[in-house]
Amino acid sequence: MKEKLEQIKAEALKQIQNSDALDKLNEIRVSYLGKKGELTAVLKSMKDVAAEERPKVGQMVNETRQEIEAVLAQAKEKMEKAVLETRLKNETIDVTLPAKKNNVGHRHPNTIALEEVERIFVGMGYEVVEGPEVETDYYNFEALNIPADHPAKDEQDTFYINGDFLLRTQTSSTQVHEMEKGKLPIRMIAPGRVFRSDEVDATHSPSFHQIEGLVIDKHITFADLKGTLAEFARELFGEDTKVKFRPHHFNFTEPSAEMDVSCFKCGGKGCRFCKGAGWIEILGCGMVHPNVLTMSGIDPEKYSGFAFGVGLERIALLKYEIDDMRLLYENDIRFLRQF
Amino acid sequence: MNTALSWIQAYVPDLSCTDQEYCDAMTLTGTKVENYARLDKNLEKIVVGQIEKIEKHPDADKLIVCQVNIGTEVIQIVTGAPNVKEGDKIPVVLDGGKVAGGHDGGPLPEEGIKIKAGKLRGITSNGMMCSIEELGSDRNMYPEAPEDGIYIFTQDVQVGTDAVEMLGMRDTVFEYEITSNRVDCYSVLGIAREAAATFRKPFVPPIVTVKENGEDIKDYVSVEVKDADLCTRYCARVCTNIKIAPSPEWMQKRLRASGIRPINNLVDITNYVMEEYGQPMHAFDLDTVAGHKIIVRRAKDGDEFQTLDEQVRKLDKDILMICDGEKEIGIAGIMGGENSKITDNVKTVLFEAATFNGANIRKSAKRLGLRTDASGKFEKGLDPHNAEDAINRACQLIQELGCGEVVSGMVDVCQPMKEKEKIQFEPNKINALLGTDITKEDMLDIFKMLDIEYNQETNDLIVPTYRQDLGCCADIAEEVARFFGYDKIPTTLPNGEATAGKISYKLRIEQKARDIAEYCGFSQGMNYSFESPKVFDKLLLPEDSPLRNAIVIANPLGEDFSIMRTISLNGMLTSLATNYNRRNKDVRLYELGNIYLPHEFPLTQLPEERMQFTLGMYGDGDFYTMKGVVEEFFDAIGMDKKTVYNPLSCKPFLHPGRQADIEYDGEVVGYIGEIHPIVCDSYDIHTRVYVAVLDMPYIVERATFDRKYEGIAKYPAVSRDISMVVPKDILAGQIEAMIEQRGGKLLESCSLFDIYEGEQIKEGYKSVAYSITFRAKDRTLDENDVTGAMKKILNGLESMGIELRQ
Repeated sequence: MKEKLEQIKAEALKQIQNSDALDKLNEIRVSYLGKKGELTAVLKSMKDVAAEERPKVGQMVNETRQEIEAVLAQAKEKMEKAVLETRLKNETIDVTLPAKKNNVGHRHPNTIALEEVERIFVGMGYEVVEGPEVETDYYNFEALNIPADHPAKDEQDTFYINGDFLLRTQTSSTQVHEMEKGKLPIRMIAPGRVFRSDEVDATHSPSFHQIEGLVIDKHITFADLKGTLAEFARELFGEDTKVKFRPHHFNFTEPSAEMDVSCFKCGGKGCRFCKGAGWIEILGCGMVHPNVLTMSGIDPEKYSGFAFGVGLERIALLKYEIDDMRLLYENDIRFLRQF
Repeated sequence: MNTALSWIQAYVPDLSCTDQEYCDAMTLTGTKVENYARLDKNLEKIVVGQIEKIEKHPDADKLIVCQVNIGTEVIQIVTGAPNVKEGDKIPVVLDGGKVAGGHDGGPLPEEGIKIKAGKLRGITSNGMMCSIEELGSDRNMYPEAPEDGIYIFTQDVQVGTDAVEMLGMRDTVFEYEITSNRVDCYSVLGIAREAAATFRKPFVPPIVTVKENGEDIKDYVSVEVKDADLCTRYCARVCTNIKIAPSPEWMQKRLRASGIRPINNLVDITNYVMEEYGQPMHAFDLDTVAGHKIIVRRAKDGDEFQTLDEQVRKLDKDILMICDGEKEIGIAGIMGGENSKITDNVKTVLFEAATFNGANIRKSAKRLGLRTDASGKFEKGLDPHNAEDAINRACQLIQELGCGEVVSGMVDVCQPMKEKEKIQFEPNKINALLGTDITKEDMLDIFKMLDIEYNQETNDLIVPTYRQDLGCCADIAEEVARFFGYDKIPTTLPNGEATAGKISYKLRIEQKARDIAEYCGFSQGMNYSFESPKVFDKLLLPEDSPLRNAIVIANPLGEDFSIMRTISLNGMLTSLATNYNRRNKDVRLYELGNIYLPHEFPLTQLPEERMQFTLGMYGDGDFYTMKGVVEEFFDAIGMDKKTVYNPLSCKPFLHPGRQADIEYDGEVVGYIGEIHPIVCDSYDIHTRVYVAVLDMPYIVERATFDRKYEGIAKYPAVSRDISMVVPKDILAGQIEAMIEQRGGKLLESCSLFDIYEGEQIKEGYKSVAYSITFRAKDRTLDENDVTGAMKKILNGLESMGIELRQ
């Protein structure tokens, strides 16, 4: 019996050694260890063995079985590893082939710039609000301290619908709507479309965008205006940006100023970008005129505030170095894809 | 406004700084310098020379050889200029020097032109005699210069001296941007006053004294102002024995630097005073003034008048005229008449310095289409005090320059003048507004420089009449800030009650729209809000379409920009056409922009502005791609109810068989479709274009960012596939509606997996197959549940005339 088992084992191991595929290994396992396998047959023949011999023979059969199983497992593992290696090797790809892109669309540079500005001011506690684009003369001019017959009305080249209605020339009109709501304090920015009758060229468009800012509270000072806008400029154009405030004139603010930022291309040394000046004009601002506060029902003796207005296109053109404003309204996909 | 620095320095004699320092300092106090240019740029080594001898060039017919005395020596210069003769004094650039430009007067090279000694046809030439163009100027500014040739000095200049200085070119011209509130700074004196305050130097205005001849002006002229509302002051003076001649060089230099061409002493004096005082003046030939009488009155509607420029102008009753005893002789504040024009034979001059209503002048000039230097100044509203000063200054110059005699007295028709503005001096309030800590004394110092008086007893600040911009404490605060220095004001951040930074719900939905559109491959475009009324025909809108009721702009840039859009498609199609014509492939664009819907005509209330989310594409993709974008967007903003696509949309600009209204919650919230081929043609797009337009106000109302977790199904689903033969005109949407209606609460979903028309299917029918899924939340379904539900569904479908295939 023992010899027979040795013989079976030797035969099995030899077959295992010679097998070169996983299914062959499986066949070997079935032919020796399966229900109709040779070892099973040995076990079945136990009934011919003397009763006292049976445990011993049984043990021998089991040992043989275990040995064969162990070798089989080993062979299987080795073979699987080889198969995997071959597969991985065959599956090597050229990682430098072109990508399959999802062709995500692109945001308009105006919107990208606007979102930057909104992020900065929302972070400082400002609410983003909107106002109508078709406006009344009152909100666009009169309530902003630009009375009838004022030359400023001509300066702005207004598109009129009739005597009372016009296309707003400035987002400042939204200031008035917000102030009239009577909820103080106010910290708001109002982005939006404005219109002026300028012929289309590289630097003019009859329709463009502004972002108006307004803060009304007790004890608001010109120093606060400077600090806020300096912070804004640093956030928008970089940590090292310096600002310069120059006196200017707007009807709805007093004192008024224009703000220049140090040229972010040359750092203020003067280059072609800033036309050698080292500074770039960026926005108009000032302390809200007491007449404007009064007209909107706010007591200028108790409250003060500052306002500013910045051209969105101006920021977009500067930041992304776009040299022709017309590109912004052509919607050529080759332009839009660059943002 | 352009002014030579030397003219400013005439009134601020202690002013001494570099050009750049001046530019920076003036800009920081509010007189913004736009730019400045040295008149002697690139003019180097140029002296006055005198031609002692001229000989013919031995080898060239057109050249001459000159011996030129340059003070220290006599040098030889060869020239081709035809106009010089022995004895002429001319500007000579020496070997190694520079001139500004070529003799042709073309654009000036940035670095100028170097001049070196050399040989012309074998003869040595040690320099060059200069034309006015080579010196960087032109005959307009130096009318005495010859049309073609070397500049020859007409005045007495010394040989060997600096020719550039002699031509008045050792100067810098500054260009200022004056803000509209500072009427006083549209004058040399105004700017000089600012310069004096900026540099804290004394301001020395000209001393005006008029030497009169003793005759009485009343014997010469009378003035009557009939429309005093439009003319607050009319000053008239008369000068006799006028001798027309060139004005002196110093006056010409200053005018030239201001961009004004010198003409003769009389014209130059009026121009000079206009620059100096900011007060336009007019000079009439008194002998042409009928009845020696001036009447200021409105014109009559329909009157015609010929102005100095020989144009005939149509007048109306709101245009103010200067008239004599018989006729109109000038349009007040705008332009004089041809009939009273000064000629070289003038003997007696009537000067006018008046103050007209600014708004009236502005409007009249606009209606006449005639905006002049004078009207540009009047329209800002001039100080009546200035008129008297200016007219006296002009008379002083007439007399001093030997141009004529001044008749004694002035006719002055003047409305009561406004009292000087008084403003309470509140230093604490000023500091509170500025966020500064400036002492009262420092503020008073600033006021003193600005001619603002302080009355200690009443605590009033008394504003000079020329400062019409100062009217309240905030205005005074700006004066303090300007001269304290905007740069010295501290920088702080507002403190006080904290506010929450936020954006409105509407803007959040719009952000989501952008996100989804871009995720789906659409790039953002922007279009104008105004367009051409031709758009309606292009979009095949019927004559009675309410969309044709667009707001019309009264003063558009042209017909193409004349109406406010009532539909967003034209912008989108125009942008797609631009891309198509430029051969850009597979273009997908979206736009978020308003349409403007008027409530009534004429407008009595603001129109409705409705934000439209417009998507458009051509190239890769079809109707269903576009539909997918709409549904992705609805998913993203929580619009998860069933969206209905109603093919009976009837949009004339869309393909009749490929369009649908998008209905949500029983409301049409937009439309989708393929652009009608005729419309594509008129936009010159020769491919299929798909669009979707969502009306955002409806969407914003129905959108939500609320989400609730519904659990992940625990029990298995059961699916049944059905295959049907369906009459062609039954839509998938109708089949789905039936399945949903009959499926009961166990129905989870149904999805189309096959649709086929053609061979094997009988005429007028199509084959459609759906997979229908059932599931219960609380148990595993058994066969009976599903069979029951399916039976109801199948009965329903059969009732629609649908045949089931086994």
